[in-house]
Amino acid sequence: MTKLKSIEELKKIREEARKDLLSRVQTGTRIIIGMGTCGIAAGARDSMQAVLRELEAKKIDAHVETVGCVGMCAKEPLIDIEQAGKSRVRYGNITSEKVPRLIEEHLVRGLVVQEWAVSRMEAQKT
Amino acid sequence: MTELSLHILDLVQNAVEAGASRVEILIEENRLADIFLIQVRDNGKGMSEDQIAKVMDPFFTTRKTRHVGLGLPLLLDACRRCQGDLRIHSRPGEGTTIQAFLQHSHIDRAPLGDMPSVLVTLLYAENPVDWLYLHKVDGREFELDTAEIRKELAEVPITHPKLRKWILDYLRIGEKDLALMDIPLQAAAIERANGLAKETGGRQ
Repeated sequence: MTKLKSIEELKKIREEARKDLLSRVQTGTRIIIGMGTCGIAAGARDSMQAVLRELEAKKIDAHVETVGCVGMCAKEPLIDIEQAGKSRVRYGNITSEKVPRLIEEHLVRGLVVQEWAVSRMEAQKT
Repeated sequence: MTELSLHILDLVQNAVEAGASRVEILIEENRLADIFLIQVRDNGKGMSEDQIAKVMDPFFTTRKTRHVGLGLPLLLDACRRCQGDLRIHSRPGEGTTIQAFLQHSHIDRAPLGDMPSVLVTLLYAENPVDWLYLHKVDGREFELDTAEIRKELAEVPITHPKLRKWILDYLRIGEKDLALMDIPLQAAAIERANGLAKETGGRQ
């Protein structure tokens, strides 16, 4: 197996990332993207890349993860947004071009985008 | 699926669902033999002979959320459309290897597409996996292994925005270099074709 060519560069990035970790504030935000066959075929990969770009551009710290099919294939790409103490909102048909508005309205302004929301799950009590 | 890379994303998602902690993705393009091979090997829970027999049936799935399983039938269709085939090697407890063979030059073969985005997407799986990616084009190769990266990172998460960008750039440069190295080969192929056209006076 070949060794990573730019291992020194990776170490430098790691140190930058480590400093950055100390300054980050945990927002308790999770973004969950459906990545089953149905989601992939509907464009979930591009939606996910758009989510990552928007989070970076707006300096929002959120935990992003992909999950398999949840059985709502006709509504793919599906993106759930969950914030501490708030209902988890599931948005449907979120193609990549819809992502900037979704992130801006839900995460920056704190408003649910009603026209794209397909379901809402109450916050889990701990 | 408009790109072969999306089939690969789907295969690795299946591996994640099967509890794999490591996935090896091999793409081998051999234009002399006219073969485009995609191989995904995982160390997940594997399948029984009975499951392997059923897995190409679009109305079979182990999921409870829906009653169809289209991923492998779609890939099989993509292979057969290009004079190719799909092979599955698996045993319970020993992981699964999927091999998709396609005719490289076939007009219906979808492009490989955006593999760097697929590989970065895989870093965010619900149950994280390490992937080894190896792309060979006519004997030249590009490789990246997230296990090697994680070893260097210690407590820093591989999904940190700075690292994600580094990995994405690294993959894009690696893939671009493989494609750029193709140019002399393409030029040689055009030269050969022109020579042949002159010899035959442009007639076939």
